[in-house]
Amino acid sequence: MMKFGVVVFPGSNCDYDTFHVLQNVMGQETVFLWHKDHDLQGVDCVVLPGGFSYGDYLRSGAIARFSPIMREIKKFADSGGLILGICNGFQILLEAGLLPGAMLRNKNLKFLCQQVNIRIENNRTAFSGAGKKGQVLRIPIAHFDGNYYAPPELLSELEKNNQIVFRYCDRKGQLTEEANVNGSVNSIAGLINRQGNVLGMMPHPERASENILGSEDGKVIFRSLIDYLEKKKGTGKKKTVRAVRPAVSPLPPLIGTF
Amino acid sequence: MKVRILVSLKESVLDPQGQTVRNALHTLGYHQVKDVRQGKVFELELEGLNRQDAEKIIPEISDRVLANPIIEKFSWEIMEA
Repeated sequence: MMKFGVVVFPGSNCDYDTFHVLQNVMGQETVFLWHKDHDLQGVDCVVLPGGFSYGDYLRSGAIARFSPIMREIKKFADSGGLILGICNGFQILLEAGLLPGAMLRNKNLKFLCQQVNIRIENNRTAFSGAGKKGQVLRIPIAHFDGNYYAPPELLSELEKNNQIVFRYCDRKGQLTEEANVNGSVNSIAGLINRQGNVLGMMPHPERASENILGSEDGKVIFRSLIDYLEKKKGTGKKKTVRAVRPAVSPLPPLIGTF
Repeated sequence: MKVRILVSLKESVLDPQGQTVRNALHTLGYHQVKDVRQGKVFELELEGLNRQDAEKIIPEISDRVLANPIIEKFSWEIMEA
């Protein structure tokens, strides 16, 4: 079993969903990491969840990067630790300089809350290894600032290094302007750093990990991480994706003051 | 000392908010408005700094926090010494 840490900032609102999926759907040990903490509690993977950290003041994710926990997360990233940023978590990773580029307001200036299709562009990462290249995942988005931007030189570097892991596409996996709902350059929905241990994505895999919610496609991302970590740790007990679902245990209460 | 810092998107970055404002102005008949760029204004009150130090610290603050240098540029002026 792997240990996941879900970071809680003031204004995070997908923290419990993410915790629930990791613990109760994927059956992994999961802890909350408070934004004021200085200790990552020995987790194998840090997840920065979605939400509106610090009210999205200044720019989305801009204030969260000054939280004490971010210092530890930077160190963790530098030492090769796995970090997944979802939605606001992605925005925070960009603002913190752990991923390159920046987010602009969606091209239609609207908050977008809808199902989208994303295509796996690179399945040779710790975050996408359980999927196939070209596979289309149906996962929802919910954001105002998801219009990914990278200056031309950076963009060609990202393409050249295969750092684009997910792109918005239509149901058939075609890249169209219509499917690129927020206007991101080159339809980028998720990208990884050069070292391959930090990934940010705007769609919410934790909202698409149970059939009752309309899609289980998001599990590909969590399954990939678990498989990768198990392989790395040499535990060798690789379970199939259809693992027996553990009994739902209650989620811990949050302790601490903002 | 009062300082005003103006942050706006770089020319190379599309500004859909500015375009929307321009379109609204055109709807009202102000066709003379060729382009609109939207930005943010920060008013800072600084203390214990002489002008020379302030001129050093203001771009630093703007670059590190107030603007995201990947997409934004900034300019500033000292309002009152």
